[in-house]
Amino acid sequence: MSNNTSTREILTSPIFENNPVAMQVLGVCSALAVSNSMQTALVMTLAVTFVLVFSNLIISSIRHFIPNSVRIIAQMTVIASLVIIVDMVLQDVAYELSKQLSVFVSLIITNCIIMGRAEAFAMKHPPHLAVVDALGNAMGYGLILLGVAFVRELLGRGSLFGHDILTTIENGGWYLANEMFTLPPSAFFLIGVMIWAIKVVQRKRR
Amino acid sequence: MEHYINLFIQAAFIDNMALSFFLGMCTFLAVSKKVSTAFGLGIAVIVVMVLAVPLNQIIYVNILAPGALAWAGFPELNLSYLQLITFIGVIAALVQILEMFLDRYIPTLYQSLGIFLPLLTVNCAIFAGVIFMANRDYDLTESVVFASGSAVGWAMAIVLLAGLRERMKFHAIPDGLQGIGITFITTGLMALGFMSFAGITL
Repeated sequence: MSNNTSTREILTSPIFENNPVAMQVLGVCSALAVSNSMQTALVMTLAVTFVLVFSNLIISSIRHFIPNSVRIIAQMTVIASLVIIVDMVLQDVAYELSKQLSVFVSLIITNCIIMGRAEAFAMKHPPHLAVVDALGNAMGYGLILLGVAFVRELLGRGSLFGHDILTTIENGGWYLANEMFTLPPSAFFLIGVMIWAIKVVQRKRR
Repeated sequence: MEHYINLFIQAAFIDNMALSFFLGMCTFLAVSKKVSTAFGLGIAVIVVMVLAVPLNQIIYVNILAPGALAWAGFPELNLSYLQLITFIGVIAALVQILEMFLDRYIPTLYQSLGIFLPLLTVNCAIFAGVIFMANRDYDLTESVVFASGSAVGWAMAIVLLAGLRERMKFHAIPDGLQGIGITFITTGLMALGFMSFAGITL
């Protein structure tokens, strides 16, 4: 039974308490840059989830064969190969979208969440726990990314996934779009406020 | 000449790696508590980037780009799918060599930069600089200018943020916002300020 609760903890703790983006400040680059629309944010989350789950799985299953001195390079090779797969699939399936995401898909290689989880978790735990940990962290990352993208697209352009929710004045509606939210700096403000909220909630719980 | 000055200004201010592309943010937010450490990290980024981008440019143009192996007798070969893995390998190796070189020959510099060097392998600013170079087809001189411009811009941004954070220690900041929260908001305000550089060309 105790094994069960710890597995659940591994899955849920990265979502709020140890959220990789908000609490540990990992993988912030992509979280800021691709969060101006729900669509790019969702694709980015899926790409990161794929790479994170498989890198944790592979690294954790070969962890006994990796010499300590070359572990960073070994991890990098696994991650880079996975990212190349994602990059090529994206360019083939959704070319327009891969243009919008530009370098940020390739930058998953240097996303500190993936390196961080490989180093801190996958090297020390068996594969099934590593996958659970990867899923938890991917969810934490996706939660912040989609949360920021939701606010930015809704207030900045009055739409969600490209569908009009608040009809803007240019299209004959009533909503005056707040252009600031389409600009990158707004992502900083939103993540800052999210961190504030998470910390206040945590303090109340104690 | 004008083209190069323009490229430098563009890379340092208008397309500032940290504040308009948000690259290298992990280190940017984590190592900006003190001006002196931020300055050391900034110098390390400049050194690694100015070496890494031109080196990868040479490798890209002569080996990886479509048709680049014509000199070896394989004009139809296209190895560009290997670019990500090659670039990250070159950066990792470069950082490792630089670390050993500094340790052996310039120990004082190694003392001050030592702790930051391993971090730079996973600094996305450097990796992105290399990818931008490949995407925009810079030649060798352009890649040197571009690398120094972006690295100087990044170093400038982190020193400025560290200065602001040192001052902020003496201000009353709401409880939950202290530390990383207010840093995000400050960086956002800095990014807004840097946007005023947009549209400057020589």
